[in-house]
Amino acid sequence: MDRIESIERAQLRDDLPQFGPGDTVRVHYKVVEAGRERTQVFQGVTIKKQNGGVRETFTVRKVSFGVGVERTFPLHSPKIAKVEVISRGKVRRSKLYYLREKVGKKARIKEKRY
Amino acid sequence: MKALLGKKLGMTQVFVDGDRLVPVTVVEAGPCVITQVKTEENDGYSAIQIGYGDIEERKVNQPLKGHFAKAKVTPKRYLAEVRIDNPEEFKAGEVLTAGIFSAGERADIVGISKGKGFQGVIKRHGFSGGPGGHGSHFHRAPGSIGAAATPSRVPKGKRMAGHMGSERVTSANLEIVKVDPERNIVLLKGAVPGAKGSLVVVKESSKSK
Repeated sequence: MDRIESIERAQLRDDLPQFGPGDTVRVHYKVVEAGRERTQVFQGVTIKKQNGGVRETFTVRKVSFGVGVERTFPLHSPKIAKVEVISRGKVRRSKLYYLREKVGKKARIKEKRY
Repeated sequence: MKALLGKKLGMTQVFVDGDRLVPVTVVEAGPCVITQVKTEENDGYSAIQIGYGDIEERKVNQPLKGHFAKAKVTPKRYLAEVRIDNPEEFKAGEVLTAGIFSAGERADIVGISKGKGFQGVIKRHGFSGGPGGHGSHFHRAPGSIGAAATPSRVPKGKRMAGHMGSERVTSANLEIVKVDPERNIVLLKGAVPGAKGSLVVVKESSKSK
């Protein structure tokens, strides 16, 4: 195996669920505050996933007190305690930047029906 | 001084202590075999000569063949000398691995930078260049290179267009992020001169003390 690939592969996490753009997720992220570690929860819609391998990141958007907040996480970061998938969204593109211009009812995403 | 010959393999990123994502260059350092020990009495200074990378026997000339035979090692492609204080602790034929370095230490990396060919002053020396439009015809030219009758010559060392790259470059004081002695792999924080697959020297940092 390629030696660089093997270094990268050793760091990949396989304990996270599959999710993609449009899915509503709850990210449990470990933060160290005043020497103490606690878990912060960030819930919102995944608007993009980009890059691959160890460099893969995903961005979660939520509207908090009327202000849009987006946060990007490295997917394979050891600081992510867990990711819960709340719902699967039905979307037709891989980058949901259009959500930034939509508010209220228009910012909804249809749920996937199987 | 600790030093090894090696090969640049490429770059990637690793997570260090928890979450910090650090850009690293992956370098294969060693295995290097000691081909000669130079001592004060014999050679006037003390050093070890290390060899790296195998080469077919038929590609080695007779004098070098004899040199390798004397140390009882197989022919190596690259040789380099490392100055040391204690030549009695080394013996020809010994193999040095990446294990002589450990994570957290600092290292200097010597390599041959990527060749850029003949380049103008903007890329080669960072000149600012002229305006792009508004009737300007002065874009990437170097401008004036000196005065006229006095001194009626161009100063030595005047920065001009010419060949860029393919020169020996040292990246000083890089942090060693991780060492894998079994596979002879060293991860160095940041970039290292040269193309993938090119020869590099990994040595103990001169600034480490």
